[in-house]
Amino acid sequence: MEAAIRTSDLRKVYTSAPPAAAGRGGAGPRAKGKKEPKPQIVALDGINLDVAPGQIFGLLGPNGAGKSTTVGVLTTRVRPTSGTAWVSGYDVWRDQTAAKRHIGVVAQRPNLDFSLTAREILQFHGAYFGLSARERSERATALLERFKLTDRADQLVRGFSGGMMQRMSIARAMMHDPQVLFLDEPSAGLDPQTRLLLWEIIREYNEKDRTVLITTHNMEEADALCQRLAIIDHGHIIAEGTPTELKASIPGGFLLRLRFGKHSASLLERLGTLTGVTEVRHSGDSAVDLYAGRGGSLIPEIVNAAAALGMELTDVHILEPSLENLFLHHTGRSLRE
Amino acid sequence: MNGKAFLALLARDAHVARRNLVPLMFQTFLQPLLFVFIFGRVMVGSGYMPEKYKSLLLPGIMAISMVFTGVWAVAMPLIGEFQFTREIEDRLLAPIDISWVAIEKVVFGLIQACIAGLVVIPLAWLILRPGLELHVANPLIFACITLLVASFSACGGLALGCSVDQQHIGLMFSMVLTPMIFFGCTYYPWSALSNFPILQKIVLINPLAYASEGLRASLVPQFPHLSLALILAALAAFDLFFLVVGLKRFQKKAVS
Repeated sequence: MEAAIRTSDLRKVYTSAPPAAAGRGGAGPRAKGKKEPKPQIVALDGINLDVAPGQIFGLLGPNGAGKSTTVGVLTTRVRPTSGTAWVSGYDVWRDQTAAKRHIGVVAQRPNLDFSLTAREILQFHGAYFGLSARERSERATALLERFKLTDRADQLVRGFSGGMMQRMSIARAMMHDPQVLFLDEPSAGLDPQTRLLLWEIIREYNEKDRTVLITTHNMEEADALCQRLAIIDHGHIIAEGTPTELKASIPGGFLLRLRFGKHSASLLERLGTLTGVTEVRHSGDSAVDLYAGRGGSLIPEIVNAAAALGMELTDVHILEPSLENLFLHHTGRSLRE
Repeated sequence: MNGKAFLALLARDAHVARRNLVPLMFQTFLQPLLFVFIFGRVMVGSGYMPEKYKSLLLPGIMAISMVFTGVWAVAMPLIGEFQFTREIEDRLLAPIDISWVAIEKVVFGLIQACIAGLVVIPLAWLILRPGLELHVANPLIFACITLLVASFSACGGLALGCSVDQQHIGLMFSMVLTPMIFFGCTYYPWSALSNFPILQKIVLINPLAYASEGLRASLVPQFPHLSLALILAALAAFDLFFLVVGLKRFQKKAVS
């Protein structure tokens, strides 16, 4: 079966001109005719994705990881520096119009048409996609109802709250019933209740055999909603699989973040021999990360091991198996950093 | 091209224009109305200007009205919609090549510019009569010139709207449009510059000069004007130039 979304070695390098002020009034005259090298920001560094139809696929990563750029390339908004992207079998950059026909997009920031009312936004969106007048009005009414916007349907969206605008953006993206729905951080800024409504609607949409690609930096959301995940950092995909597979791939499952007054090589060695410990990593003078099959029950042994070498455990943080640990394991950084 | 989507885009703009009809009317008609009244009625009526100035002035006012309306109708929404709210995004994602989204803006601006230009004629007729002498010898030429002037203003609006940031809108009007209007043979015919030979050459780089002279040639041919062939060729060239530049800049703004 044809992949709903596929990318092959996608790269995007942004080049932005140096700030205008940089050349003026600075130290010394500028050499004439000599071009200053443009700063290059590598946003995507060889992204390969393969998303089967009918899946809810999550792109999980911290801010600036390349999630939005990936969505941008797949939705004709960001031209890739190299590589190819396909949606529903159409090469996004060769056959833009056909690709656009099959996608619905919810951008990270609400980009509603402020000159129109909520209902008009949906109806005109439907018109762009060639829906008949009857379909437009029926679908708009149903979507407004589903997203609990009926009472504001005939008001200009300019006065909507952030959460309402977000719901409106999602309703609009679903208006033409696209095969593939892209949602870039859809639940950012939503209250918990609305977030649950959103999850419900996304699952419902997916049940009609539609593909959903969602980006998030929220572990809970990725875990609860997505059938498959790719973890992305610095423009690379660092892990991919179902949430369960990914969590199982962390050595040990538990992560104990320890802090000692200071540690030594012999302490690290001792810790590595404790039952259940699968990996020991250290950073700096005092911090040690322990991946292990158990959590709290290891603490007395760690304290004893440290005491035997004349060292003291000063801080412990136990993390249960989670995608957060997975991210930490691969990048050494927390998702929230 | 997807005709249905294109028409839907036009319908959206028409809908928004209808909603803002009253401010839009003031914006379009107030300035030419005042111009016609002060220059045509007050100045001529008080004897500072000869009677025939009424007829000479009319094509210039029409040109100004069209250019202002066309540039405004295309550039202002574009500048706003490309700002951080990215209101235009929904239309860029419509199943149509994004160049057509820009062309739709141009078509809509063109229609507005035509209305703004044509309405000057009855307006002037009401205020300036008697003494207004219009001779449309060839309606086809008049229609052709009107369309070329309207598309010049709309294409210019596209190029400007995709090149200017929100914070520079004021500058765009004072640095680009105002000099263009004063050096655009609007209040005087091109031949009146014969005493300023260098200036007379320089104003030929101003597309508005051809617009005013073109309307003069087709509405009040009794006054001296540039040759029709030159006017048509120059207006067509400017239209094409601004359209190409505008589309290029639009693409650049629309896709990162």
